Amino acid sequence: MMELYLDLLSSPCRSVFLFPKVVGIPFEFKHVDLLSGQQHSEEFGKISIVRKVPVMKDGSFILTESTAILQYLAQKYSSSVADHWYPADLQQRARVDEYLSWQHMNLRAHGTKVLLLKFMYPLVMDSEPPKEKVDAAVEDLNQSLKLLEEKFLQSKSFIIGEQISLADLVAIVALMQPIGAGMDVLEGRPKLIAWRDRVEQALGKELFDETHEKIMKISSLKSTLTSKPGLALMKEMFLKQFR
Amino acid sequence: MALELYLDLHSQPCRSVYMFAKKNNIPFEFKKISLLDGEQYGEEFGKITLIRQVPALRDGDFCLAESIAILLYLAEKFKTADFWYPADLQQRARINEYLSWQHTGIRLHGSKVFWLQLLLPKLLGVEVPQDKLDAALEDLDSSLKLIEEKFIQDKPFIAGDHISLADLVAIAEVMQPVGSGLDVFEGRPKLSAWRDRVQAAIGKELFDEAHQMILGGVPVMDVSKMQVLKSKIIRLFL
Repeated sequence: MMELYLDLLSSPCRSVFLFPKVVGIPFEFKHVDLLSGQQHSEEFGKISIVRKVPVMKDGSFILTESTAILQYLAQKYSSSVADHWYPADLQQRARVDEYLSWQHMNLRAHGTKVLLLKFMYPLVMDSEPPKEKVDAAVEDLNQSLKLLEEKFLQSKSFIIGEQISLADLVAIVALMQPIGAGMDVLEGRPKLIAWRDRVEQALGKELFDETHEKIMKISSLKSTLTSKPGLALMKEMFLKQFR
Repeated sequence: MALELYLDLHSQPCRSVYMFAKKNNIPFEFKKISLLDGEQYGEEFGKITLIRQVPALRDGDFCLAESIAILLYLAEKFKTADFWYPADLQQRARINEYLSWQHTGIRLHGSKVFWLQLLLPKLLGVEVPQDKLDAALEDLDSSLKLIEEKFIQDKPFIAGDHISLADLVAIAEVMQPVGSGLDVFEGRPKLSAWRDRVQAAIGKELFDEAHQMILGGVPVMDVSKMQVLKSKIIRLFL
């Protein structure tokens, strides 16, 4: 059976978890505990030298990068996966590809940065993050949200039109990252709230909530976090990136 | 109306799209957008794409941004040879894996070195702290190592025996820091050999033509037009 190496604290892991669940592709969940630094273990290094999640292992074929995994699954199971997820139509597919490409350095990057600065930084560094860095990150995230609304969604129900696709899936899980940090990023954005509700419904609310349980409870993990080995490695990253 | 490609060959993703279209004899109109002159912020270009980045494509009424999306669109529409983006499930997945990884894996680091080492200090007169430059060089070094050890390995090209979109996108990124005077190929025989193969597959003339601008050193220009870009770059990299 296909194996998916995941930690649901990570947004790309959540998209890779949700998609096969929604379309009925069986898989074995292999937990990689990021906060404990499990991605740095010798064992996981044999799965992927990049040492990130998610990773897919389908027989002897190992694949990293969530968007590549999603595209692989859509292609492999094309006879049973509805076309709207990754349409065969040239222009519609291009719209999905455009979003999947743009999001790396935009919504995903800025959403994660806000979570790291607002939530993780105080825990790891035992001090408040530099204000100008936080303000810049929030401004960048707002700019991404603006583009999501004005360029990608416009007046459509979903990014490609009337039906959900991989683009909406990847977008929604990235949005949940700053939301998990306690930031209500959709406040004052009724269009995005309506879209979020549609996406949740299309995926199935129960499954959506189950997938996001861990990230939504991240604040309750605070007391256990400081003793986690993964934090020492994060400190190094913070010093480098956010000095 | 012919297909339009909005490009500035200083930009890595523009070079990949340019080389792909030219190599496959895809007819297009080259619409120059000068990034250093701030043309991406103009009203006209805003009608093409709100993302306000290059490359961008206009095919009739259809406008598209993001080089990866553009490359896949062109490959499909013009039915280019299979090896560029194979139909085979696993080969295609390897290429998609690289095309995804590269955004933060190499693109970010190569761009950063290019700006920190060349344009910020030498064009814009911005002082770059040594530790920031060192950190950027270190990240770039790790990226190049990963390209060798994970993506190329012992294969001629990233997907195997043939060049593909992955190599095209990779080579443009790897060449960016070369434009700021860093010889990324020194001490990396595997990467050099791969570069030679990619150059030969693309054709030296087309490769050189695409990279002429980036290898031309500091451009002579009116920096007063660069204020918006300057603040974005400083926020991103410093």
